[in-house]
Amino acid sequence: MLSVISSVMRIVEIPMIALQRLLGINRLAWVFLLPNLILFGLFAFLPVILNVVYSMTGSDNVLLSDRPYIGASNFGTLLDCSDFLDPNSCREDKFWRAVWNTIWFVTLQVGIMVGFSLLTAVILNRDIRARGFFRSVFFFPVLLSPVVVALIWKWILQREGVLNAFLDWTGIGGFNWLVDAHWAFAWSVFISVWAHMGFYTLILLAGLQAIPRDVYEAAIMDRAGAWRTFRRITLPLLSPTMLVVLVLALIKGVQTFDEIYAFTGGGPGTATTFIIQYIYEKGFAGAPRLFGLAAAASLLVAGVLVVLTLAQLWANRRSVDG
Amino acid sequence: MRQKRFAMTALAGTMAAFVAAPSVAQEIRFMCYSDGNECEVYDDLLTRFEAEHEGVDVIVDVVPYQAILENLPVQLAAGTGPDLAKVTDLGGLNEYYLDLTPYIDTAYWDASFGDTLDWYRVGDRQGYYGLHTQLTITGPFVNATLFEQAGVDMPGPGATWEEWAEATRAVAEATEADFPMAIDRSGHRVAGPAISYGAQYFDDEGNGSFEGFMPFAEQFVEWNNDGTMARDVWASQGGATYADAAQEFINGEVVFYYSGSWQVGRMDEQVGDFFDWRVVGSPCGPAGPCSGMPGGAGVVGFEQTEHPEIVAEIIDFLAQEDVYAEATARTRNLPAHLGVASAGVEFEGASPAAQAALNAFASDLSNVSPIAFRYQGYAGNRAMFGITVERLSQAIVGELTVEEAMERAAEDLSAALAESN
Repeated sequence: MLSVISSVMRIVEIPMIALQRLLGINRLAWVFLLPNLILFGLFAFLPVILNVVYSMTGSDNVLLSDRPYIGASNFGTLLDCSDFLDPNSCREDKFWRAVWNTIWFVTLQVGIMVGFSLLTAVILNRDIRARGFFRSVFFFPVLLSPVVVALIWKWILQREGVLNAFLDWTGIGGFNWLVDAHWAFAWSVFISVWAHMGFYTLILLAGLQAIPRDVYEAAIMDRAGAWRTFRRITLPLLSPTMLVVLVLALIKGVQTFDEIYAFTGGGPGTATTFIIQYIYEKGFAGAPRLFGLAAAASLLVAGVLVVLTLAQLWANRRSVDG
Repeated sequence: MRQKRFAMTALAGTMAAFVAAPSVAQEIRFMCYSDGNECEVYDDLLTRFEAEHEGVDVIVDVVPYQAILENLPVQLAAGTGPDLAKVTDLGGLNEYYLDLTPYIDTAYWDASFGDTLDWYRVGDRQGYYGLHTQLTITGPFVNATLFEQAGVDMPGPGATWEEWAEATRAVAEATEADFPMAIDRSGHRVAGPAISYGAQYFDDEGNGSFEGFMPFAEQFVEWNNDGTMARDVWASQGGATYADAAQEFINGEVVFYYSGSWQVGRMDEQVGDFFDWRVVGSPCGPAGPCSGMPGGAGVVGFEQTEHPEIVAEIIDFLAQEDVYAEATARTRNLPAHLGVASAGVEFEGASPAAQAALNAFASDLSNVSPIAFRYQGYAGNRAMFGITVERLSQAIVGELTVEEAMERAAEDLSAALAESN
């Protein structure tokens, strides 16, 4: 087997040596990078450029050649508001409703999810009975498809769902959870936390296990209490991992679409319509298809995500520099 | 030596296959969606066409309805669409349609399909484009058993929406049914009632408009909030997502369900002996008309096909009276073919209740308002349907007042019309 590989390598070696002589050793690196660069350019960089170009064109035509250039008009439409806090005062009110829904959703979902993930990770890091089983239980929802998650909860929460059947049985009486805007939003946050917290719990658990035991032993010898140990040792040493979790959860939160779209369709009204659903509906589901407006909205979201990523880098560097 | 002979034989075989290939098959792709068994029936009928046209292979690609709505327009714009398709955005895709005029007997088509031909025409493209295979009309299904149990008289022909609302509320109260009324969450479905309340849908210049929509909007929002309408249908969804209340009606939870003729098969199959149901004509409104909304689907060819003549022949084959009559009977749809309609259709496998329902829908066609016919053929109707659903839903859940919702609807429409070709 080894001899076959070395024979093949000898065959490959000949043109490689020739190529190296021709290009020089520094330029040869580009030859190896080229396939990846082509793929990256074609499937990542080019779509971004196209997105920028589409955002500056109008009409409902698909082909760029049929779309007139309209400058920053799409951005103007999205940002035309007399009061950004009141979507009703905005020309594209549905965009701002989606923006505010997303901000509220991300704030609540990330806050609750990171808090619960930390709590769960701390508990699962202790020497409790059936620890492996509980770790699997918390991670299991992560393995489910977002549409499956949405359907399971829809069956539970709909008017004639499992929860209402139970409430009827207890005599409390059912409630139309998905028709009330506040309840639909609250359940959306809950479902999203339920579906994703296992993933973040796993990361935090790995972070907890990386903290050296001797630090805790020293704390015990110094008679530090459990809360003080957690606050003074666990949290500071876990902060780099927490930062990663926080930024990942924030970015994922802003990108929320599939499970909530399948769960509520964005309703009641626009109560659970988030920014990605707005983009999808403008560009693909609505009539006419406003690709330009959708592209402009997606660039604004991309801008927000870039800011979040830069904030992560800044915070990370700050924590490394002390 | 033997290896060489084998290689030569293989090469000769391959070359023969390549040489023969062009004369063997002219492959025609037909993108089709089914409400019931339509694609299956067309596939069967087109087998006869293939038998009569040697070398033609019609492949029926059965796709979900969503693919017709969302993927087909993009494929057509990119020049990668099928040769023909079953569509519902009749006027909206006109720019891509193959004009069948040179290939068909236009006198026969005019005599057979009358006004429905106009639904496929837009602006100066006034040719022959679509074969309306599936004529539908919106209208109410009523749970007659609940009326009987409640001892309430069912409103008769010419009854108004308000009379129906009052009667169904009484029935729901007496029988403890969950909802007196329900209407599908669709801009198309509320168009008939809205016209009955005075919606004009067009301005003086023939552009789409929500002029006169307010009285219906106010009434509809009020009914959703006072429990007359099943609020779940409109309020538990977002965007312009379609939702129906068929399952609630089948479960006996709704007294009066406003949907359309395409639901007859489903009611027939799923209600069974559970209760007596019947179709009544669309109620009348304060503005006068007792109008439902026509609609349906049709088969069109596309200009980008490499085989325009064959595509036109296929559509013309499906348009012939005997073939059309068979398809109508087997798919249990209302015929748009005037000859087939006047001869009457014996729907295959339909129960007496379904047969009566289809006849009731067919007879209600004469009450359809001209505005409704015009709206169905309007190229911007999909945009208007979506706007109607989104803004009415926002008014129902209280995000906007009815006045604000209608102002926003008018703004959305002018923005949509400005962006459309």
